[in-house]
Amino acid sequence: MTGEFETPAIEAETARGGISWSWQLIALAVVLLAAPMIFYPIFLIKVLCIAVFASAFNLLVGYAGLMSFGHAAFFGTGAYIAAWTARSWHLTPELAVLAGGAATMVMGVVFGWIAIRRQGIFFAMITLALGQMVYFFFVQAPFAGGEDGIQHVPRGKLFGLISLDSDLSMYGFAAVVYFVAFVVIHRVIHSPFGHVLTGIRENESRAISLGYDAAHYKLGAFVISSLLSGIAGGTKAIAFGIATLTDVHAATSGQIVLTALVGGMGTIFGPSVGAVVMTAMEQYLAGLGSWVTVIQGLVFILCVLMFRNGIVGTLLLKVSKRVRKSST
Amino acid sequence: MFGIPLEQIFGQLLLGMMNGAFYALLSLGLAVIFGMMNIINFAHGAFFMLGAFFAWLIGAPNLWLGLISPSLMLPDWLAANYWAALIIAPLLVAGLGMLLEKSVIRRIYGLDPHLGLLLTFGVALVIEGVMRNIFGSSGKPYPIPPLLRGGFDTGVLFVPNYRAWAVVAAAVVSIVTWLIIEMTPIGARLRAATENPQLVLSFGINVPRMITLTYGAGIALAAFAGVLAAPIYSVNPGMGSNLVVIVFAVVVIGGMGSIIGSVVTGFGLGIVEGLTKVFYPAASSTIIFIIMVAVLTTRPNGLFGKAR
Repeated sequence: MTGEFETPAIEAETARGGISWSWQLIALAVVLLAAPMIFYPIFLIKVLCIAVFASAFNLLVGYAGLMSFGHAAFFGTGAYIAAWTARSWHLTPELAVLAGGAATMVMGVVFGWIAIRRQGIFFAMITLALGQMVYFFFVQAPFAGGEDGIQHVPRGKLFGLISLDSDLSMYGFAAVVYFVAFVVIHRVIHSPFGHVLTGIRENESRAISLGYDAAHYKLGAFVISSLLSGIAGGTKAIAFGIATLTDVHAATSGQIVLTALVGGMGTIFGPSVGAVVMTAMEQYLAGLGSWVTVIQGLVFILCVLMFRNGIVGTLLLKVSKRVRKSST
Repeated sequence: MFGIPLEQIFGQLLLGMMNGAFYALLSLGLAVIFGMMNIINFAHGAFFMLGAFFAWLIGAPNLWLGLISPSLMLPDWLAANYWAALIIAPLLVAGLGMLLEKSVIRRIYGLDPHLGLLLTFGVALVIEGVMRNIFGSSGKPYPIPPLLRGGFDTGVLFVPNYRAWAVVAAAVVSIVTWLIIEMTPIGARLRAATENPQLVLSFGINVPRMITLTYGAGIALAAFAGVLAAPIYSVNPGMGSNLVVIVFAVVVIGGMGSIIGSVVTGFGLGIVEGLTKVFYPAASSTIIFIIMVAVLTTRPNGLFGKAR
């Protein structure tokens, strides 16, 4: 990425004069607590799963400059493993989700090791191909149930104690997963590791000449991203009781790219905002049937042509311009 | 050999060569476009599909005119045939492609190359979605032209004429494209503009127009493959999106370094895929991706790629 997406620099600038991180977290917690009073919990659970997934994807593209076009492989594998362990091994939901995350983390090590050999658009093509490979694996694997997927996954009892059968308690679980994932991503971005990552994105050869092993950093980002994507998929499988081929399909990979793009790549809140917008859009446009694909395509084209910074990126840009104006 | 009838091996070999022909034509177009515009054209599969659909619309008009109203059906002498479709469909699709380049893709030149991928991905979604809404998801039959029906027996194997024709036609078009790029003055300008567009522009050569034509040519190759595929596969809106992922892997394996390299890789991988169907069918849908992984670990720039 060579400075076409302006947002990271802006974010750094606004962070200095902006609202402090702890207040942002408190605000986020308040939103998470208040949301189920206004919206259906099921809708919110969907938003949260997509938000974790999109944030994990964004960690890679927005901060390491690596655009994965096969991230559904991790989301889907997380979903399948969580669904299968919850149903066949009767694991408690949190363990099932962690099992999904562990599986995708291992997968992330292998896939990352292969994919970071190339950069830029080749990285995107390779991840797309690897994703397709995983898709075919689940089409053929006997335990995955073919076209039916794994159905009737029990939500179970959290820690063996708290039943998640009510949508509200399930929402609580998803909200905690989201909150933890969000804090982890923030910590990663603002750690020395994250700063080196951004440095590599801006100028890889320079980072290498400064003595940083770029491949290691990229692989690290890839693994964290795949772990969180798997957890997002696992949470989705537990909440909705189903893991299907749609979860691993390339279309899902494309949708998550669009979600991050609409919200704002390279901004920490962008993917979550994108998740709200995209899930709402899906809900309202459901009646249009197959025209939804066309609309998604048009949104893609419009975003790339005129709205590259996404919703959050554009807002940050406006704010920082105003700050700059008032300070001079 | 290995207890498998020779006939079956040769049969899959032929099928593999045919798929390889489509891989070659598509990856060739991708390579030409990438060389000139530094964009990976995600919409390539969609244009392949459009080629097949245009062939269906032009080449067998009575099939769909009859559905609307039998009175609209054209007399046999006017109903355009396969051969007309083979020329007209790629030209029409290329026209659409050039329109797209001039109106939309042009706006992102010089920006982050990821944007080209995202943009053309959006285009692919739109094209596929529109076709799905108009024609539905089910496959449309397309008759093999009368001249190419039947087949010949080679002793070990019965070769359908049409499949032989598809392989030969794809090979000839690939080689002609390669010759044009490597041997003609136009090709020389194209290669020069790929290396240094600023300098070529200063020589008074209209580089923007050249880019438009290059994009059109790449699209025409994809559409030509689509027309060839129409009588073999059922013509349906999803036929391109599955193919394009495989072709991406083919391109990664071959590397973008040489035109003839992408042709050879395309045919070669088609054959390997066909043989996998005989010897280990479970891996036939993933073998190309497995080869991609193997190539990336040993030669990260691809078989014919240059280090950058």
